Parts: sequence; C-alpha cells; structure tokens
Amino acid sequence: MSATGGGPPLIEVKHVKKYFPIRKGLLQREVARVHAVDDVSFAVREGETLGLVGESGCGKSTLGRTIVRLLEPTAGEILFEGRPIEKLGARRLRPLRRQMQMVFQDPYASLNPRKRVGQIIGDPLKIHGIGDKRERKAQAEELLETVGLSPEHYNRFPHEFSGGQRQRIGIARALALRPKLVVADEPVSALDVSIQSQMLNLLEDLQTEFQLTFIFIAHDLGVVRHVSDRIAVMYLGKLVELSPAEELYQRPIMPYTEALLSAVPVPDPDLAAKRKRIVLEGDVPSPINPPTGCRFHPRCRYATQVCTEIEPPLVDYGNGHLAACHHPLNVDAAILAAAHTAPESPVEADEAALPHDTSGESHPVAGETGRPGQSLD
Amino acid sequence: MAERLLEVDDLSVHFATGDGIVHAVDGVSFELERGKVLGIVGESGSGKSVTAMTIMGLTRDINSRFSGAVNYQGRNLLELSDAEMQSYRGNEIGMIFQDPMTSLNPVYRIGEQIVEAIQAHEKMDKRGARRRAVELLRQVGIPNPEQRVDDFPHQFSGGMRQRAMIAMALSCNPAILIADEPTTALDVTIQAQIIELISRLKDDFNSAVIMITHDLGVVADIADEIIVMYAGRVVERADKRSLFYDPQMPYTWGLLGSIPRLDRPRPERLHSIKGAPPSVINMPPGCKFRPRCPHAFEKCMEEPELENRVETPGHLDRCWLDVEVKRSVRDATIAGEAPEAA
Repeated sequence: MSATGGGPPLIEVKHVKKYFPIRKGLLQREVARVHAVDDVSFAVREGETLGLVGESGCGKSTLGRTIVRLLEPTAGEILFEGRPIEKLGARRLRPLRRQMQMVFQDPYASLNPRKRVGQIIGDPLKIHGIGDKRERKAQAEELLETVGLSPEHYNRFPHEFSGGQRQRIGIARALALRPKLVVADEPVSALDVSIQSQMLNLLEDLQTEFQLTFIFIAHDLGVVRHVSDRIAVMYLGKLVELSPAEELYQRPIMPYTEALLSAVPVPDPDLAAKRKRIVLEGDVPSPINPPTGCRFHPRCRYATQVCTEIEPPLVDYGNGHLAACHHPLNVDAAILAAAHTAPESPVEADEAALPHDTSGESHPVAGETGRPGQSLD
Repeated sequence: MAERLLEVDDLSVHFATGDGIVHAVDGVSFELERGKVLGIVGESGSGKSVTAMTIMGLTRDINSRFSGAVNYQGRNLLELSDAEMQSYRGNEIGMIFQDPMTSLNPVYRIGEQIVEAIQAHEKMDKRGARRRAVELLRQVGIPNPEQRVDDFPHQFSGGMRQRAMIAMALSCNPAILIADEPTTALDVTIQAQIIELISRLKDDFNSAVIMITHDLGVVADIADEIIVMYAGRVVERADKRSLFYDPQMPYTWGLLGSIPRLDRPRPERLHSIKGAPPSVINMPPGCKFRPRCPHAFEKCMEEPELENRVETPGHLDRCWLDVEVKRSVRDATIAGEAPEAA
C-alpha cells in the first residue's frame, strides 16, 4: 500500500501462543487444549499493511484479537511501540484501546441494531471522554463523509443500510478514535466482488489519510494482494510463510501457499482450464491434536518421512522472505546455501532441520513446477 | 443437439410491498440443456436468486405476481398447483442454498435430514433411505459416511455441510441442480473443492446446473453459458468465451474489473463500480445501469433492448454504445482507468 520503508515497528508479536482449554466433567477439569495460535512471531512497522492469510480455523482471527488484547495470550510477548502490553490490566489497557481498533467481518452482526448510526460511531468518543455532545456529533458526521456515506445518515438505523454501507459504518467506528493500528478481520469477505473493490480502495485511501498501520485478515490471497505490503500465511496456528507481498505471488516457497494461490479463481476461462489447480483435500485438521512434524504434511503433495517427524523451523531465504518447509519450492542452490534459521522460528522447532540439497528428495526448483506467476502468464 | 430441459420465457416477478411494487425480475429468458452449466451473475438485489426461487416455486405468495413462463418438460411450472409443484421440487429440480450454516436443521442428524428428503419424494423404507443417504454422502466426498451420517450439523465443517446439502439436493436424482451462491460463505480452498464436486456430479448424474454467483471468477471454469443480471433484467448473455473475451456491457466490465487478478500485475487501484444498484421500486428511466456507467450518453435515457449486436450469434446485450467504440475503451475500463461516471 504505502511506504514499506524502515519505520520502527509499531507492533511486535514474539512467540505468542493462545490455547483454549477444553473442560469436561463435574470439576471442569481441563482435558485438552485447542492450539489456536502456537508460537507466532512477527513485527509490523508503522504505516505498513500486513496481510494475514489462512483457511478457517488456522488461528488468524484469534491472533488478530490477541494482538488488540481482546483475548489474553497464553504465552509470549506483544509489544506496542516497544511497550509490552500482554499483561496489562483493563485499566492500563484503556488508553491503549484508543490506539488499536478493529473492523469485524460480519457487517450484519457487528453493529447494534438498536442504536442509530451516529451513536454507533460516536460511542467510542464518548467512552474515552472526547469532546462534548456537539463536537462528537460533528465528528461522527465528518467520519460518515470520510467513509463515503452522507452526514444525513447520522440518525438512521443499521438495518436501513446495505452490507457494503454497513461495513463503511464499521470502518468509521474504528477510525473515530484516530487509532494507529487497525486490525481488519475479513472486512470484505461478506461482500459482493463489486463492493469488495470499493472497500479495498477506501481502506487504501484511509491508510494514507490517517497514517494507519493495518493488519488485514483474509482467507483469499487475491484480496490481500491489493492492500498488503507484506503477507503472513498461517496454517493451524503456525506462521508458515512471511514475505513481501509481490514476492509471495511470484515465488511462493511453502506448498500450502502455492495451493492457496491456485485456489483463487481466475476470471479467464482459457487460463482457468489450462491452470493446474492444486485442490487441497479435506479440511484443516483439528487444532486440538495437531499433526506431528510439519502440520501441513497430511494435505501436502510433497510430504515425505521427515515432514511427519520434524517440525520445520522458519527459514530466512533472503529479502525478508521466511518459510517453514522441508521441501521449499522455487528456491535454487544458491538461495538454499545462504538460508538460515530465522529468529521468528517457534522455539520448539528443530533448528538443525534446515532444508538441504542432500535429502535425497528432489525438491522442486524455480521453473520446474507450478510457479503461479509463470503458469498464469 | 442436446435435450432442452428448461425454458424460461420472458419471466417477470413482481412483489407488492407496503412501499410499492418491487420489480424483482423483469423479462428474463433463457434455456438450459442437459449436461450444461448456466452461470447467472450479478450483484445482490439483481434478481438472480428470485429467478432461481421462482423456478423452484418458492416465491409463491399472495403478494407475488408472475408473468411469462417456466417450461419444464412441456409444462409451465408457474401454472402448477402447489401440490403438483411439490412433485417437481426436489424430484426434478434440486437446489443448494448459499449458507450451509443455516440451511441445515441443527437439532436433527445429517442422515435423518437426508432420509426425510428421500422419503418425502419416494416410497422407500427407512433402511433403504438410510443406505441411500450413506451412499450419497460418499459420492459428495464425506469421509467415513457410515459414521458421519449420524453426526449433527455442528459436527461438520462449513465445507462438509455444503457437501451434505449437495447430497440432499441430489437425493432424488434431479435433472436440474440450482446452486445459489454455493461457495460464497466458504474459504477459497473449499470453494475450489465444491466447484469441482458440482462439476463432477453433473456428469455422474447427467444433469444440468444453474450456478448463481456474484463472482465471475467462480463460473469461469465450469459454466458453458453466462447470463449477467442487473436490476432484475438480463443485461448480457453469451457463451462463456464470448462473454469473457468480448464482453459488451459496461456493467460486465465493472464486474470483471472488480476481481483482484493474480494473473496480472497489481494495479494502482482496483476498478470498482461507482455507487450502488438502483432501488427496485423506483427504477431510473432508460438503461438501468446508466447512473453508474462511466460511458453513458444521451441515448441511454431510452432503454436498450436485449439484442445481438456483435458477430457472435447468441451474444446478446443491452448497451447503446457502438461495438467498435466499446472494444476500444473496454480494456481501459476493466483496468480501472475509465473516466468518472457523470
């Protein structure tokens, strides 16, 4: 979207875990845990947009909610402007809430049907004691205009609006407090494609106008490409690939990313027919008992013995492109030789398990297999 | 020539509401042949779902007005009594709905719901119906169908629920399967699975499919013919290749341009269609797309007919612009470089 440049990190996530206990029986003993987010680390710089992508159940929404502290992390650190916030209590969090806001997925469920639009947008200001009644009204009206609605909508109820318009209201509410960070959780998934593109353009404009940092959560790599500077791919609670946006589309390293890319429909019948679509079989496995080794191995077409046993660490393939895979795609020998374990790796991952050429398995090299960038041209 | 299964002829559906008459569908015509997939594409409120539901006889209501015909095997479905319609619904025409989370009853087991559908249409004992349910679940790719048949819907993931819905729709071997946004609520990966499944089952069951979607990308793969709907009307109709490679209607360009393309370099800005679809109660005069069209001119105050204006026979559109002019400005419009709408 905008400057990728070297701004300081606004938010840093370090080895964050979020487990949900499953309790059973009279004593509500913990019998198992849902490993929703399992040891994820990354940083987002000021003014940057990070796309967070994965299928339902991969933990991307949980991670988003944990970052803005709607959920408490089980372990790990979250730094906002260098300050740890993972343990702050409700009182000390409150001033921080002004800096971090969320846009939710479902524009039908995320607006209170009994409140007027003006009230919905003005409430954050009221809660934080900003301005008097008149000033708040003026600000709410201004925000309505900013997001492409008209100030006369101030007194209407949410049900009088279409899905796209409601999502605009949700965005206006998130912007009311002039936050630095906005976590947008699938903000366009529920909308028609024609409205999706309006919304993506709007978010892009707002980022420039309000100097926002975005974490943009989506399941569709097509949508995030347009807004993201960098993209993080999650699978079953783990970060499996992190890359500058365009590079991810040209040169996906993790087979899961390759499959996600190939699932995005292409509005071109000849290409669609020609294209080798990698259909992932089945669903994401249960995060209660995640598979051993690489969590993607039961659905991966390149999986071998090693994938079932050893969890691959995140490996830095240069240019800020990290991936966790024993059989990386689109890498040549030179890149492989220079590759080293990234500091973002999960702590339990076997650092000795760097991918190497002598594994006996031929891993596909650039040009050999489905490079979406190429096969689509 | 393939057997013609369905013929929708000048179908209009109007609803009388407190606010006025809603012209939900206005003069829609198309045909469907066995083994073919028809894509109906348009935004929310364009009338695509009402068209489908009318074919199924699901829009019958005291406030509904129909005109035109829906001919299936020589009978006009609009003229059937409710009881007669019941024998077509499910048996001859099956339907899959958009939201797999809400279209299954949460308090009944998946198997019971499929068995109920089978027994509603066929004389079959419970054991036979259950065997058939297991077999159907296997066909739509549910693992361990013998066990999963006794699961409740909440034990299924979104993709599996949609598969179960498809199994139910197919339970009586319908000749036509109507899929109303079957993948909109699903992840892209699951969407790819479901599209592939529908396309495979169409061949297995030797049926025809009407696929309704707001995303042209979804039908690029499996449709044979595509209808683009806007404000209750068909605004463009063509076979798939002609529609994608020689689209004639600026609205179709807008739909094409709105899709983020992975096969092209990332554009500065995504093309988006300005504004929102018109109110179906107070339609603008002339071409219904005029208020949002970047290429509108004086003549657009008069509504264009759905006509063949290009060399390709069967490619119909509703646009006054000269074909050559259209071809010269089209790519820029799709790429989002069009002038602002007036």
